[in-house]
Amino acid sequence: MGDLPLTDLCLRMGDTCLILAQRTSEWVGHAPILEEDIGLANIALDLVGQTQLWLGLAAELEGKGRSADDLAYRRDQGAFRNLLIAELPNGDFGRTLMRQYLVDAWHYPMLKALATSPEPRIAEIAEKALKEVSYHLARSADLVISLGDGTPESHARMQAALDDLWAYTGEMLTADDIDTALAEAGVGPDLAAIATAWHAHVDETLARATLDKPASGYMHKGGKHGRHSEHLGYILAEMQFLQRAYPGATW
Amino acid sequence: MTTAPHHPAVEEIWSWLSAVPDPEIPVISLVDLGIIRDVSWQDGTLVVKVTPTYSGCPATSVINFEIEKALRGHGVADLRLERQLSPAWTTDWISAEGRAKLRRYGIAPPVAGTACGGGVLSNPVVACPRCGSSNTEMVSRFGSTPCKAGYRCRDCLEPFDYFKCI
Repeated sequence: MGDLPLTDLCLRMGDTCLILAQRTSEWVGHAPILEEDIGLANIALDLVGQTQLWLGLAAELEGKGRSADDLAYRRDQGAFRNLLIAELPNGDFGRTLMRQYLVDAWHYPMLKALATSPEPRIAEIAEKALKEVSYHLARSADLVISLGDGTPESHARMQAALDDLWAYTGEMLTADDIDTALAEAGVGPDLAAIATAWHAHVDETLARATLDKPASGYMHKGGKHGRHSEHLGYILAEMQFLQRAYPGATW
Repeated sequence: MTTAPHHPAVEEIWSWLSAVPDPEIPVISLVDLGIIRDVSWQDGTLVVKVTPTYSGCPATSVINFEIEKALRGHGVADLRLERQLSPAWTTDWISAEGRAKLRRYGIAPPVAGTACGGGVLSNPVVACPRCGSSNTEMVSRFGSTPCKAGYRCRDCLEPFDYFKCI
């Protein structure tokens, strides 16, 4: 499997977890109720743990003597391979939850497929992460339904969040050359199958949430290739400040 | 003349480890929790395989430190801890004794056979660890640590932690 873009796969998974975790943790101390504050912090923590596994493997595969921490704290934005949806601003609580749900509904079938990968190091990380992401998906779907099918105010906010975020969902479901090479080698999943699973889950959840699936077909892309929105630079500026200001600092 | 290094039997090492408390829930041991997967001597080195509960569990490094401290305290000089990810840890590995200890401590142990799978929205019936009532409700899917959820008993009105199934 020497020529396969395994490092790209690990970076895409790890960077999406890392950037979403960083965004999610912005809620700590600000969420509407204490239980949700703790819930968001715990989800961010799970995602940071998964980041350590994915970026640890990416660092090992690239063989340049870098660590997971080096990849997280010493790369510039053009080197990040996260999905664009992960770096979007939080907006209100409903928008944060809708983003989490749309990502969870992709993350779950991705990990389920990767857990059967013949590349054992990828399979074992996916097997581990799948248990945590199953729980994230149960929680976010539940809350999207409760708020979508809630008060007129919560319903309107959830619909607005869905309409805004929709154009960022295509990137996770559409294969590029790297995805195709991984799928043909049987190491990564066929994203068409992931898209089918995603749409099935999203259709059911939105129906129960009384939300309308947007009709627009326009989709943003670029994150998987290192072309990011203006938002990522601000995230990195905050996340990487300590290592940039005090290189090699440890606790 | 040198003395040959003493290699205690693995059974003895297991008994030492069963006295090492979990750093976050000190009433149960690391062995009760089921996270120590293997103990073996390999060419004079004691190899202990440890599997993480949650990939981001902040206690992971403390757990490794406690294992090392305990074994060195018993005179093991040559020691290596290895992380084992697969098979992934499941709450099914928590021992019966560990479950009883959790309940006595006020944490409802995981309900067998309800490990979450694929965004299922149903929630198991969790008995109150204080009064035993099944008339309980979930307050939050996450609790004081990543491995717990917040519940409340409708009969004795006490809030309690539930050890999530994964």
